[in-house]
Amino acid sequence: MELLVDALIRNFFNVEVMYKARILLWIGLKVTLQLSAVSLVLAILVGLLLASLRNLRNRAIDALIIIYVDLFRSLPTIVLFMLVYFALPYVGISMPPFWAAVLTLTTNGAAYFEEIFRAGIESIEKGQTEAAKALGLSFTQTMRHVILPQAVRVVLPPATSNSLELIKTTVLASVIALPELLKQAQQAHGLFANPTPLVEAALIFLLLLWPLVRLTGYLERKFG
Amino acid sequence: MSEVLVDIRELHKNFGKLEVLKGINMQVHESEVVCLIGPSGAGKSTLLRCINRLEEPTQGQIFVNGQEITAAKADLNEMRSEIGMVFQHFNLFPHMTALQNCTLALIKVRKLSKNKAEERAMKMLRRVGLEEKAQSKPRQLSGGQQQRVAIARALAMDPKLMMFDEPTSALDPELIGEVLDVMLDLAGKGMTMIVVTHEMGFARKATTRIMMLEHGIILEEGPPEQIFDNPTHSRTREFLSKIL
Repeated sequence: MELLVDALIRNFFNVEVMYKARILLWIGLKVTLQLSAVSLVLAILVGLLLASLRNLRNRAIDALIIIYVDLFRSLPTIVLFMLVYFALPYVGISMPPFWAAVLTLTTNGAAYFEEIFRAGIESIEKGQTEAAKALGLSFTQTMRHVILPQAVRVVLPPATSNSLELIKTTVLASVIALPELLKQAQQAHGLFANPTPLVEAALIFLLLLWPLVRLTGYLERKFG
Repeated sequence: MSEVLVDIRELHKNFGKLEVLKGINMQVHESEVVCLIGPSGAGKSTLLRCINRLEEPTQGQIFVNGQEITAAKADLNEMRSEIGMVFQHFNLFPHMTALQNCTLALIKVRKLSKNKAEERAMKMLRRVGLEEKAQSKPRQLSGGQQQRVAIARALAMDPKLMMFDEPTSALDPELIGEVLDVMLDLAGKGMTMIVVTHEMGFARKATTRIMMLEHGIILEEGPPEQIFDNPTHSRTREFLSKIL
């Protein structure tokens, strides 16, 4: 028993390794937070824009958006990462890993957010748009002041849940050598021949995301 | 005769293969109160909704206040803001107070300051007898009160024309009176109105002209005495005998 506890501490919670790995992990955490924040904001904005465009009920625009959403929902995200980072340079589009990751997470995340926002917008009665139109409000004004404020309540729980997924997906950027938290933990693991940094990374993700998990549950109870 | 406010020429509307309006010609003069009656499916609501292009006409022209709203380059938002519309299901904005419902378009479309807009909105709420409900959300109001707020919201824009699409059909019978009273008051003050309704009492009392629609055409029209007491068309007689 004592041996097992000893082995656990030495391999998973090794203070010496923790100390040595602190800078690597700190950099990783910063990159993960930056990547999450930038991608999340962009994915939500693009998703919102696409969902709003759907409300124009223009067949051509609808078709394009449906193709986009289907495409990105079908492709495994890791494939997308590889395409953006390893394939696009062959046609002259190359970017640093951070922006490749942002592009991947944004385009991918926006497809899911579009679906969530569209469902939210469609849950608002047609009469609301009609009343706004009849008063002379423009399309943008109608979306901004009438439809979106109401759709937010419907959309908040699934959107929070999707945000959680997006943040979890940032670890896939490790396949394009972006020094985010998981990649850095792997590095440290190799460097110090001890898995403590991997356990640390897991604990950091847990600390970061567990509140969001709780929040999703709370929102689902409140608005669901 | 006073000026022509609404001029509809050869209006056709199809929903897919179904022809709902089959060549409507009508004019509404300033201060007229026109009632559209007829069996359900006759095209009354569709006709109304074509006038502010909530429905896109398939064919034909509609002029409001001398401007063609069916023109491709018509400034739709501008023209719509001159036409008040009241819906069967009120369509108030549920996330806003009664007052905010009335000020939204004043601020965003008419570009009034918040103060000016609120002043005007309060005046309109007073006019429909709901001054004290200004801070209430729609769900805190009865159906009749909601519809009166909806009327105030439309009136706040100082429209040239008010259109009512079955404004009392969704109301409990005991709440219909308060809405009709507001409408009668409006009619009495010279507002130009087009009303789709099954309230024949209102139609007889307030209306200058009644139009009977069936199967997408105007079957007959005339002053209420003529339509109610001496209709020329047998289908009008039948319809009225069922509804009265």
